[in-house]
Amino acid sequence: MDIQIEKLTKTYGPQKAVNDISFDVKTGEVLGFLGPNGAGKSTTMKMITGYIGIEKGDIRIGGKSVTDPESNFKQHIGYLPENNPLYLDMPIIDYLEFCAALQGVEKANIKDRIREMIGLCGLNREKHKKIGELSKGYRQRVGLAQAMIHDPEILILDEPTTGLDPNQIIEIRKLIRDLGKEKTVILSTHILPEVEATCDRILIINRGSIVANGTPETLRKQAQGNEVLKVRIEDAKAETIAKALSDLDTVQDVDLIEREENLFEVQSIAQQSSKRNIFKLCVDKKWVLTELTPLETKLEDIFRNLTVN
Amino acid sequence: MHTIWTIAKRELATFFDSLIAYIILVLFLGFSGFFTWLYGNDVFLVGQANLRVFFNIASWSLFFFIPAITMKMLAEERKTGTLELLLTKSVSDRQVILGKFLGSILLVCIALAATLPYVITVSNIGNLDNGGTICGYLGLLLLSMAYTAIGIFASSITTNQIVAFMTTLFIGLFFHIIFGVLAHNFTGSLGQFFDTLDLQSHFESVSRGVLDSKDLVYFFSITVLGLYLGEWSLSKRHIS
Ligand SMILES: Nc1ncnc2c1ncn2[C@@H]1O[C@H](COP(=O)(O)OP(=O)(O)O)[C@@H](O)[C@H]1O
Ligand SMILES: [Mg+2]
Repeated sequence: MDIQIEKLTKTYGPQKAVNDISFDVKTGEVLGFLGPNGAGKSTTMKMITGYIGIEKGDIRIGGKSVTDPESNFKQHIGYLPENNPLYLDMPIIDYLEFCAALQGVEKANIKDRIREMIGLCGLNREKHKKIGELSKGYRQRVGLAQAMIHDPEILILDEPTTGLDPNQIIEIRKLIRDLGKEKTVILSTHILPEVEATCDRILIINRGSIVANGTPETLRKQAQGNEVLKVRIEDAKAETIAKALSDLDTVQDVDLIEREENLFEVQSIAQQSSKRNIFKLCVDKKWVLTELTPLETKLEDIFRNLTVN
Repeated sequence: MHTIWTIAKRELATFFDSLIAYIILVLFLGFSGFFTWLYGNDVFLVGQANLRVFFNIASWSLFFFIPAITMKMLAEERKTGTLELLLTKSVSDRQVILGKFLGSILLVCIALAATLPYVITVSNIGNLDNGGTICGYLGLLLLSMAYTAIGIFASSITTNQIVAFMTTLFIGLFFHIIFGVLAHNFTGSLGQFFDTLDLQSHFESVSRGVLDSKDLVYFFSITVLGLYLGEWSLSKRHIS
């Protein structure tokens, strides 16, 4: 089931929390919704899940607008809100049963579904406890279990790993990746490695607007521009090498980083790579090439460039 | 309907899972029992009049008891954020309001059922009047519906249970006393107007066994209006 978002806007008083954003999520895609705190991620998710109304624009889920009273879109969505609010005084099993009944799971299947979720989310040892007695990580699992209890085609997860310890984070990310094979997932986070670890596509949002949209690789390419290589060459004077490097056809600029180490940063001209030329140069001059590594623009840098105002 | 029932069932289960529930129930029974005994201890003389005393006292108990049941229903869910999770399930705002309403009313019915021993004791001694007893309970039920709806509305406009409790009492006070007092102090159409709004007079007329459609319309109007306002306030989502 796919999601189409068109020119969505939401204002709180004078502030535009979400400002005219449009994007699509295809069936079976894991979309990472990335942005600093206050960017408008949660607000967008609240509109998709039907918690707050749409002010301007439209959201279509499986082709049907959520404003259509017939659409019944909430049945197709599993939602884990930010901060994972749960009824702390309820036992886990009762709570999952409650959620299953509300989401229209047939009575005969409810027990099986609960058993399945408890297995999938690793709640087996804790299943007879009240939610309030669980640690944060286990509550997060209950949050995921309630979101998936009715086997929805769409999962909306708002910062699913906040407050978890590193092991739990790895487990939850793996779970999301596995789920993402069949389901359409939107996941919000302000943690970069998280999107790289789990998402097919990244949408960076800042101050209510989309500032970047693409796979991690395309975003990197876009931001990177020209190729930059870190090069270390031995058996000659730094100046001689620098001169020879800058004489190459494909090289635009050479920076000497460390004189003693003969370490250079070589920028190629647009759309060209200088790797082969550098290698040939060294062979011709009988120099020894001890390092040749492309400098990747890190996703962190892209994120910072796009969201620091 | 299935959804409304699911929500109501959870409310009931949660209520009986907490100690507060039993405290409230015991207070309700104790309060009703004590005052009925205190004011009606001429029970051996007039069974019928004594029942009247019981229903009157019970109406006062419910006046305090209902706000305590309804106060957390939406306010607490708003405060902890569980409201967001509830409303993003496939339920409508109206189903949530009706589910909470049904849950509270069922609880009131349980409390009322627990008062049956009083009534039976009194009736055994005096002349048993089934019609009167049924009408008395009907009056209490109608009154409870009105106050529960008011309580749910009050719970929907705040994140603070105490504020919800006080708001329900405050609104209830008008229906329970103030309109009645005003009706006495004004004459002519204004007095009539306040008399129409006075809940006590409608309650008395129902519990005396005079089933007038005017009284039913009165109680149902308050109930529907309260629930409708609750739904409207819920639909605004954020309160500031
Ligand atoms: N109920 C609200 N009332 C007023 N402003 C709000 C409300 N909810 C969110 N906002 C504002 O909208 C902006 C976007 O918030 P949010 O969507 O929660 O951001 P994110 O989830 O990306 O951190 C923030 O500036 C926030 O202060
Ligand atoms: Mg957020």
